Amino acid sequence: MSAPADARPAVEEAAVSAPTTTLAAEQAATPGAPPVAARRRGRRLTDLLLPLGVFAALLGSWYAITYLVLDERRRFILPAPHTILTDALFDQPTMDKLLPALWRTVQVTFTGLAIAIVIGMVWAIAMSQARSVERALFPYAVALQCIPILALVPLIAFWFGYGFNSRVIVCVMISLFPIVSNTLFGMQSVDRSMHELFDLHSASRLTKLRKLQLPAAMPAIFAGFRISAGLSVVGAIVGDLFFKQGQAGLGILLSNYSSRLQGPELFLTIFVAAGLGFAVFAVFGWLGKVAVGRWYDQSRDAG
Amino acid sequence: MSAPAPTAPPQRTGAAAAPTRVLRFRDVAKTFPDGTVALEGVDLDVHRGDFVTVVGPSGCGKSTLLRIASGLSPASAGLSEVDAQRIGYVFQDATLLPWRSVRKNVELLAELHGMSKTATAQAALDAIELVGLRGHEKKLPRALSGGMRMRASLARSLTLDPDLFLFDEPFGALDEITRERLNDELIRLFHAKGFGALFITHSVSEAVYLSTRVLVMSGRPGHIVDTFEVPFGADRTPELRFTPEFAALAGKVSHALREGHS
Ligand SMILES: Nc1ncnc2c1ncn2[C@@H]1O[C@H](COP(=O)(O)OP(=O)(O)O)[C@@H](O)[C@H]1O
Ligand SMILES: [Mg+2]
Repeated sequence: MSAPADARPAVEEAAVSAPTTTLAAEQAATPGAPPVAARRRGRRLTDLLLPLGVFAALLGSWYAITYLVLDERRRFILPAPHTILTDALFDQPTMDKLLPALWRTVQVTFTGLAIAIVIGMVWAIAMSQARSVERALFPYAVALQCIPILALVPLIAFWFGYGFNSRVIVCVMISLFPIVSNTLFGMQSVDRSMHELFDLHSASRLTKLRKLQLPAAMPAIFAGFRISAGLSVVGAIVGDLFFKQGQAGLGILLSNYSSRLQGPELFLTIFVAAGLGFAVFAVFGWLGKVAVGRWYDQSRDAG
Repeated sequence: MSAPAPTAPPQRTGAAAAPTRVLRFRDVAKTFPDGTVALEGVDLDVHRGDFVTVVGPSGCGKSTLLRIASGLSPASAGLSEVDAQRIGYVFQDATLLPWRSVRKNVELLAELHGMSKTATAQAALDAIELVGLRGHEKKLPRALSGGMRMRASLARSLTLDPDLFLFDEPFGALDEITRERLNDELIRLFHAKGFGALFITHSVSEAVYLSTRVLVMSGRPGHIVDTFEVPFGADRTPELRFTPEFAALAGKVSHALREGHS
């Protein structure tokens, strides 16, 4: 982009000649950007400052509660923020347990998510191909969403044991629905006239799927991935919390630290779990942007 | 549909060649399952080198007529016969795929017909040139104006070098200046290619300006109430719209339209 100073005269020139050539007016619309960009930069700064202010306020109240409200014997309930760093983050034995636990939870999360993506998309694509298939299969997607998965966790343990597989199954069940519903919704949002264009030229089902429906559904599909990624982290931790046995993930650590009243360690683990959730959300948000940001205006979702 | 389209160099095919009939309707009727009678007793002929325009009030069955002609929807009675190797169909909205660049969008139909990569690319290049979109090949549809999108849509159909071109109010959503400019380009294309065209519009002036023949349709159930041969030649310029002959013919078409409507 050239400097704003170069762009402005071009805008004025085009505006003068605009009535004769619509083309020139259109092209001028792009260089007209600088003031918008400046406003956006300003907004980005407040976007940063406001949450930081809230963060400072939260930290302040945290210290206030720890040191002013709680008496010394009960401070483990809410250990001061800096003790989370000194007693947990910089404590080698704690980290020796936390990092492998994080790694195991990451494995469960991504295995579960990958399986949910494959099952969910195949399920949705099948439903998109015929009304009858949709009528037959959609109620099960809804059922999956309505049944409290946590109620099934004991049954899953009963059938599949207490190891890695059961944890992955919980993940898949929790994160499946957004993928199914978003993929289906995205594929069904294709205009009728687009379908007719392909029909007119005798496009096969497969061609339509590849060249029309799936590309059109990509924004919705990636929105689904993002939601499911977050849910998948929840699934991995919940599974861990319940199954308890096997190699410890973040869930088991949480439960152990909580029962042993190890405040700083508990809080650090919570932050790590939150960070993991945030990271997968951000990764899929970024992937979505890379995949469809070029042509799809994401502000339409937000608006 | 038929065999893959051969490469289509944008040469004059010579509109003077013996006119072959590309579309024939005899007593075509359409009743929808819900009982709506959209068309009744429609007779129609389009030859190569004919530019036939249908004007009629909205809801009278004009789109239905094109859908039957293109095979998208069957007639409930009568005979509809297409004798064209390839059909071009231009919808009211440009129906471009938003994730494809202009060039990729223009290549779509050739791709669907299984044309080779090089033939597809060449046909797209020629068509883009023909509609005046050179220099915009890499743009996405969302970066184009309504008029440019319509040009891209037109170019997409042109890649197949169709014998029969169906237009369903293609310029209805455009501003008047853009619309008139596209009218001129369409006339130019029509004389360069010599296809047969069936063009739907609700603008009397557009109908008279573009066509060799204007058909006036009545309100529902739609049928053709009047036919006007347009005497103007190939060399139509925007000034034609302000001549007394043009005004007289447009007046007659308007009158027929009002009669059919009441
Ligand atoms: N699939 C359908 N089922 C029932 N009625 C329809 C259907 N499609 C169109 N119609 C009706 O048929 C009539 C003609 O429609 P259409 O051909 O789209 O009109 P036009 O293009 O002239 O505005 C309208 O009254 C419309 O409501
Ligand atoms: Mg219509």
